[in-house]
Amino acid sequence: MTNQEPFIAAAAESEGTRGGISRRSVLLTAGGAASIAVVPQVASQSVSEGGPASSMVRVRLAVNGTRHELDLDTRQSLLDVLREDLGLTGTKKGCNQGACGACTILLNGRRVVSCLTLAAMHDGARIETIEGLEKNGELHPLQSAFIEHDGLQCGFCTPGQIMSAVGCIAEGHAGSPDDIRFWMSGNICRCGAYPGIVAAVSDAAKRV
Amino acid sequence: MTTGIIGQPLPRVDGRAKVTGAARYAADFNQPGQAYAVIVSATVGLGRVAGVDSAAVEKMPGVLAVLSHLNAPRLAYGPHKSYIDPATGERLHVLQDERVRFHGQPVAVVVATTIAQAERAAAALRVSYNAERPVVDCAGPEARAIVPEAGRQPDARLPADKARGDADRALAEAPVKVDETYDIARENHNPMEPHATIASWSGDRLTLWSKSQVVVNEQAEIAAIFGLPPESVTVICPFIGGAFGTSLRTWPHVTLAAMAARHVGRPVKLVLTRKQMFFTTGHRPRTVQRIALGATADGKLTSVVHEGTGETSRYEEFMEALTSVTTFLYSCPNVRTRYRLVPLDTGTPNHMRGPGEASGVFALECAMDELAYKLRLDPIDLRRRNEPATDQGENKPFSSRSLMKCYDLGAERFGWSRRTPEPRSMRDGRLLIGMGVASASYPAFHAPATARARLLPDGTAEVEIAASDMGPGTYTSMTQVAAETLGLSVERVRFSLGRSDYPPAPSHGGSWTMASVGSAIRAACIAVREEAAKGRKDRPIEATASSQRDPEAAARFSMHSFGAVFVEIAIDPDVGTIRVRRAVGAYGIGRVVNPRLASSQCTGGMVGGIGMALMERTVLDARDGRPVNAHMADYLMPVNLDIPQLEAHFVAETDPHVNALGVKGLGEIALVGIAPAIANAVFHAAGKRVRTLPIRIEDVLTRRSV
Repeated sequence: MTNQEPFIAAAAESEGTRGGISRRSVLLTAGGAASIAVVPQVASQSVSEGGPASSMVRVRLAVNGTRHELDLDTRQSLLDVLREDLGLTGTKKGCNQGACGACTILLNGRRVVSCLTLAAMHDGARIETIEGLEKNGELHPLQSAFIEHDGLQCGFCTPGQIMSAVGCIAEGHAGSPDDIRFWMSGNICRCGAYPGIVAAVSDAAKRV
Repeated sequence: MTTGIIGQPLPRVDGRAKVTGAARYAADFNQPGQAYAVIVSATVGLGRVAGVDSAAVEKMPGVLAVLSHLNAPRLAYGPHKSYIDPATGERLHVLQDERVRFHGQPVAVVVATTIAQAERAAAALRVSYNAERPVVDCAGPEARAIVPEAGRQPDARLPADKARGDADRALAEAPVKVDETYDIARENHNPMEPHATIASWSGDRLTLWSKSQVVVNEQAEIAAIFGLPPESVTVICPFIGGAFGTSLRTWPHVTLAAMAARHVGRPVKLVLTRKQMFFTTGHRPRTVQRIALGATADGKLTSVVHEGTGETSRYEEFMEALTSVTTFLYSCPNVRTRYRLVPLDTGTPNHMRGPGEASGVFALECAMDELAYKLRLDPIDLRRRNEPATDQGENKPFSSRSLMKCYDLGAERFGWSRRTPEPRSMRDGRLLIGMGVASASYPAFHAPATARARLLPDGTAEVEIAASDMGPGTYTSMTQVAAETLGLSVERVRFSLGRSDYPPAPSHGGSWTMASVGSAIRAACIAVREEAAKGRKDRPIEATASSQRDPEAAARFSMHSFGAVFVEIAIDPDVGTIRVRRAVGAYGIGRVVNPRLASSQCTGGMVGGIGMALMERTVLDARDGRPVNAHMADYLMPVNLDIPQLEAHFVAETDPHVNALGVKGLGEIALVGIAPAIANAVFHAAGKRVRTLPIRIEDVLTRRSV
């Protein structure tokens, strides 16, 4: 019921201090969401004027340590770029509305919903996805903990849950099960694996 | 046989794939050169498409095709009806005519080179309509109930009318009565994974990477729709991102993906938007139910009347087991059930976790709680006084029934003895505390299935069947069955599912996967083991074997799982917020193959039940049938913060009759019983009886439902 609170709170908290994020960049992120919402209207207007032109932009992204230089449609979300252009399908599209958390990634160390993040706005960004967590065949402690505590069933929300949990722990929001429940509430699990998720994050927080 | 692997709480064998992003779901199977299709959904609730202005959109960048009824190919739509399709009516034939039967029906599909281009073009497509006013309220003045065609015969699987004794007369004469109406909102499954299909043609051969709970039916249905032999179609689905019933049927988007791919001559990916998931992929129908109970002063039931009505569409009669449990849950000489449908201008409903039973048991178990209060009896005591020795609806013994053992175990683990029965009598500070209880039941089905097992010279084995795993842990539990039967460690067994060219499995639903698929795998592995015992092991030994329920056992016994669910809630008396504080479920489900995964499945079902009781409701605009909350932030579902401590326990139960593995199934019963336990706890906490789901803040703050 409180789907978006942690993200809103995280955004508010990050103002000015955390990871070089300023109030301006937070507002820019919000602007990204708003511009997605108006796309259809813009499109239909352009059509009646005789055909729109999509604009392309060059974007440099470091994804899981690999640098990419991409010519992207300015309308593309980071999620679609990861999944459809870079073939990184571990990040999932659950709602494309910023309401479910399945597409959570780390953008410059902060957890964001990549479906509401326009790729064109993040030239030079450092991105981590679920595919980048395993190092030299060793699972990240959160990955092991999700298996151990059965913090998953169908597995579709799991990449987003785990990336969100990486952020949650880094933010210092994994101190107690109640804290974890609150700060992980932006990630819906329809199978209802929440008790296992809380146990996994709680356990892993002691090990990372 | 290596004993002891079945019953071990092993972690998931596919856990690593799921935590690393390596598990591939339908939309993850990107194909070289693939284009993207986006469906355009009707924005009126009934009527006809008057025009599709595709010319401008066809000129937009990257657009490859705009298909509507004006130019879409006429498809064969050969006859096809499986057991998961409604028995009466005909599926939607997509883009075959101009009629709009419900809001959100696909009226066009736009194909473009990139996903951004396809989305933009679909949003720009202008479709005009001659709109009529739909009827979408099953309890409104224009609703007309019908007798479901497939329930007309008394021996139907879901009889429209069933009776023993004279329930109405017994009710009139009963010294103590409850007679109430219960209304449960329409719900949408909302799995995390949206429906998705990637279609790729090679000549007349079609490959579909498609989200499906029954790949062999999707294969057969798409073949029938396109007029192809079934072997020309292959459906692949190794992972399902949750489904809860919504991927049992092959919905129109699968046809559209295949149609679009053939039209543009390249592979096409089509993923439904979250909003479209509320239109064309089924829903738990809204139900309105009357329950009337008559009892003696000492709490013996003398009459049970259950009259239930559910929504369906105008073009198909969707039926579910709304009144079935009422016929056998309690001992009573006079029982009458009635089941009706109200056809509406909406898409056809579909089974959603615990279908029918979850809704029917809600009404029955709330009424039992009301009766317990009238009789001043403990609700568990009331159930104990009406515990039947046999299934009185079928006149058969139960193959096993542990309902009272479930109540005993659950009451002990929950601490039921600490409950004081008076409403509003328990508090924690300023919070009102309520404790509620309810029974749960679901049939122990078993459908025919076939599996293939192969023992390799290196001492490993491969097992294949066209089954599915939407989250319960099919991969793991089936690996355990194969390993134990073959006498191998689980590491030496590679289990594969989710391909239509594997031996056929029944639908992954109805809590029958463990029984059906597990028994087939056991049979195939026994055949391999027997062959291996004969000698040479330097070449692969392969066997294919089938299993089905012993017809003699099926004729002799009534087979069901039972459970007892306990819930504690807290209500803030000033603002009316209702929070579940803890839940304990005790279940008699036969043998438990993997206690770790079974426990997860049960607590997951509880989460679904909490949603049903307190949050979930798809709201339709009466003017045009538009679901007004078709968004994951507006269709409320439990998030992490909503979920407290949940416990599942299993009573020891041996059932030699259900199947060779002795398993009765778990997925559905895990959701049944939660909602009535919560509603009963709300009454205990607040002294207000709420008979409408979801229970809202205003229901406990006002006097409307007292």
